Amino acid sequence: MKKEFAYFPGCSLEKMAVSYHMSAMETTKKLGVHLKELEDWNCCGATTYSYIDELLAYTLSARNLAIAEQTGLDVVAPCSACYKNMYFTAAHLKKDPDLAEHINFALEEDNLHFTGNVGVKHLIEVFAYDIGPEELRSKVVKPLTGVKIAPYYGCQIVRPQKDHEDVELPQFFEDILSAIGATPVNYPLKMRCCGGSLIISSRPAALSMVRNLLQCAVDAQADIVATACPMCQVNLEVYQQQVNQEFGTNFSVPIMYFTQLVGLALGIPQKKLGIGKEFVAATPALLRVEQAGAASDQETKE
Amino acid sequence: MEKKERIGVYVCHCGTNIAGVVNVGEVSTWAAENLKEQGVVIARDYKFMCSSLGQELIQKDIKEHGLTRVVVAACSPHLHEQTFRNACKGAGLNPYLSELVSIREQSSWVHTDKVAATEKSKALIAGGVARVIHHEPLEPLRVPIHPATLVVGGGIAGIQAALEIANAGYPVYLVEREPSIGGHMAQFDKTFPTLDCSACILTPKMVEAGNHPNITLLTYSEVEKVDGYVGNFVVTIRKRARSVNEELCTGCGICWEKCPKKVVDNIFEAGMGTRKAIYVPFPQAVPKYPVIDRENCTYYIKGTCKACEKFCPTNAIDFAQEDQLLNVEVGNIILATGYELFDARRITQYGYGRLANVFTSLEFERLSNAAGPTGGNIVLRDGKTVPKVVGIVHCVGSRDKNYNEYCSAICCMQSLKFAHLVHERTGAEVYNFYIDIRTPAKGYEEFYHRLLEEGTHFIRGKVAEISDAVRLPGEEGKLIIQVEDTLTGNQLRVPVDMVILSAGLEPRRDAKEVANKFGISCSADGWLIERHPKLDPVATVTEGIYIAGCVQGPKDIPASVAQGAAAAARILGKIQQKEIALEPVRASINQDQCSGCRICNNLCPFNAILFHEDRMVSEVNPALCQGCGTCVAACPAGAISGTGFSNEQILSQIEGLLLLNIPKKETVA
Repeated sequence: MKKEFAYFPGCSLEKMAVSYHMSAMETTKKLGVHLKELEDWNCCGATTYSYIDELLAYTLSARNLAIAEQTGLDVVAPCSACYKNMYFTAAHLKKDPDLAEHINFALEEDNLHFTGNVGVKHLIEVFAYDIGPEELRSKVVKPLTGVKIAPYYGCQIVRPQKDHEDVELPQFFEDILSAIGATPVNYPLKMRCCGGSLIISSRPAALSMVRNLLQCAVDAQADIVATACPMCQVNLEVYQQQVNQEFGTNFSVPIMYFTQLVGLALGIPQKKLGIGKEFVAATPALLRVEQAGAASDQETKE
Repeated sequence: MEKKERIGVYVCHCGTNIAGVVNVGEVSTWAAENLKEQGVVIARDYKFMCSSLGQELIQKDIKEHGLTRVVVAACSPHLHEQTFRNACKGAGLNPYLSELVSIREQSSWVHTDKVAATEKSKALIAGGVARVIHHEPLEPLRVPIHPATLVVGGGIAGIQAALEIANAGYPVYLVEREPSIGGHMAQFDKTFPTLDCSACILTPKMVEAGNHPNITLLTYSEVEKVDGYVGNFVVTIRKRARSVNEELCTGCGICWEKCPKKVVDNIFEAGMGTRKAIYVPFPQAVPKYPVIDRENCTYYIKGTCKACEKFCPTNAIDFAQEDQLLNVEVGNIILATGYELFDARRITQYGYGRLANVFTSLEFERLSNAAGPTGGNIVLRDGKTVPKVVGIVHCVGSRDKNYNEYCSAICCMQSLKFAHLVHERTGAEVYNFYIDIRTPAKGYEEFYHRLLEEGTHFIRGKVAEISDAVRLPGEEGKLIIQVEDTLTGNQLRVPVDMVILSAGLEPRRDAKEVANKFGISCSADGWLIERHPKLDPVATVTEGIYIAGCVQGPKDIPASVAQGAAAAARILGKIQQKEIALEPVRASINQDQCSGCRICNNLCPFNAILFHEDRMVSEVNPALCQGCGTCVAACPAGAISGTGFSNEQILSQIEGLLLLNIPKKETVA
């Protein structure tokens, strides 16, 4: 069963989160899902633009949506902020035809037109619903047995409330982690904000948010925190050292994209998943994965 | 028109309600002059037509001027149609030969332009006059009233209603779904605000209902079907098999002592305690006979055991017993089927079902009850640790647009009661998290003040989350309540040992089916609808069906008791009249025109249309029909007409309204 989606990587995945991009492409390929990158896409406006100029922020996203519409496919974003911006824009413009007309006037310059006839998905929704835990489980060759993983949803994935999800306590991330053989831990702060761009504008506030998230992961005895957003990944990983300095803590928690973990379970080599570029080395935790994999290989041989 | 009717028109001032906007003098003069052709012989205006002087005016004219029709232009027929019908009747005119035209609700109250309102009033009156000509003298339908009453639901409202009627000397069938009557009140420990023991005040009433010679108690039973109409209902009741012969059983209790099968009791103990597979829900149960829960009984599952039968000293156990279907005839019915607790699991962020020491209000009732699973010791889920800090969350599932928008009315007082009990029995520190404190009944506000003096903390704010994620020192092993104190504007994290969720009240999940079964309606929320929210709170739009207690909406014990008694009083009044006069405004089907398509059968909200299979035609049961007109409009063959709403009447009224039959030159004025 071949599934195809228009793919909007977003700026982060070009550089900072290139490992997310690599692992997304590798895993989806392996799972029979084709991600077709949009041609000539632009920035989604990130987390802040809509507060500075709403009209331009909507226009930015509307342009990407209009390009996606031409493909006739649903558009998928791996980044939570990109996803949220596109989803909100599509929903808002459908409700406000005057604004849509106004924006379409601008888009005409580019021979583009937004009609609202496009579905918007986060990459993790593709894994959770289009592929589904059952199929994922059937493709696993190196289950992550015994690895305790905190499913960190972040604050944006379920914010545009969709019918199928419990917005206060979703479970689909846990289902994905269980499907690849890992043990999802109870992570009470799984929906909390990572601080987002506050890390630039109000660093003490953001650092304390990151500290809480890391502490909660440690309390839950997680080996790894899995994320589905480049912003969350950066805040939790890159600033871990600063948190340690600021609060006198001693965190060393690897923060990995869920696609990297899925890739490992699918037997994709670490290098192809961009593993090895982390600030907080995933190696110790991954060693356990390797051992677990070896053990399970042995079991199958026996 | 061969014989010309003699019509009197009466325009009411209603003080300044009408006269303040409509020029009533002009209207009555206009009617006298311009509606002569139609048969108006006299038109008057008067300050208050509904007063006895106003009515006497009409009666005098009927006699002196030989009026054959009366049109009163005043308020809505909802208010005074009956008044003027009675006035006509008093003067020897058939009451249905009058017509009440609303120039208050439909004219003076809704317009500010006095000239236009005056003109509109004239048109409305012209319509009424054109219509009244086609009225026919009608006689109300008289049906006898069966003296027995069916009360559905054996909670406090149903018990009260049953006792009132039984004590007046009339028979009552009290039907209860559970094995014992008592309802939710039997589960409670104390009642607010007096803190008297719930069981102590309830059980005497239960016993009285159980022993009353006029009350037939049908527990472990449900109503299957309701046929008939006011005064003459035939109700089919399924008496589920108890597997215990009530004739032989003495209620000694050996059976449930010896039964080896323990079952978590999700009904009476709210999941906090266990019972046996053969059981009475609680020691003071009425009736005293146990039931065998066949889903859990080892004998019914595996075919062996029969411990209860072995030990029963009177051979009362009857494994082969079957459900019985009883048909009873009753004149009136009271629905008092109560409420269900809001399922706190739905608010996932409050952690009920996930975090062990989050309790619901009903669980706490059992926990604090001396006859409950912990003997009244307020302890954590481990069964031994006494909490040092307890948080009580108000409005769980109430006043929340994600769940129920309404206020559940009892939770504030219930939460205050809990706070008092926790404080008194454990000395724990108690936090109440509320949106608003609502203590509007007698003695309630005083109780609130008592709690304030006891040192209970009150934090005004809707709880955002209850979690076990530790962040700050002192939070280890606690549940943390995250809330904004809206009085100080601060975000708070309150660590507690135990959380009690004051869950709201919801309609029974089968409320819609019950409403359908009894031919009444429920609101969008699911509460059954009363006939009038203020002036007729216990009757419904279906004659002979009454509602009492929480089935009508959230309320506390005193209000439920009051409604139970009120419904009983309404019914006693009816029974004593021995027969009931039914409004003759009814639909009737012309049997020659009816094609038997049955479209009307299912549309009728009162189940009043029956179908004759042999002749393939439908017929309206005049006693059940409420004259709503749905079938009249729906009939594709035009075979149904409604008395008082014939095509002739409606079309004439429209012609009148449009002033079609009045010479043009005169209407210009």
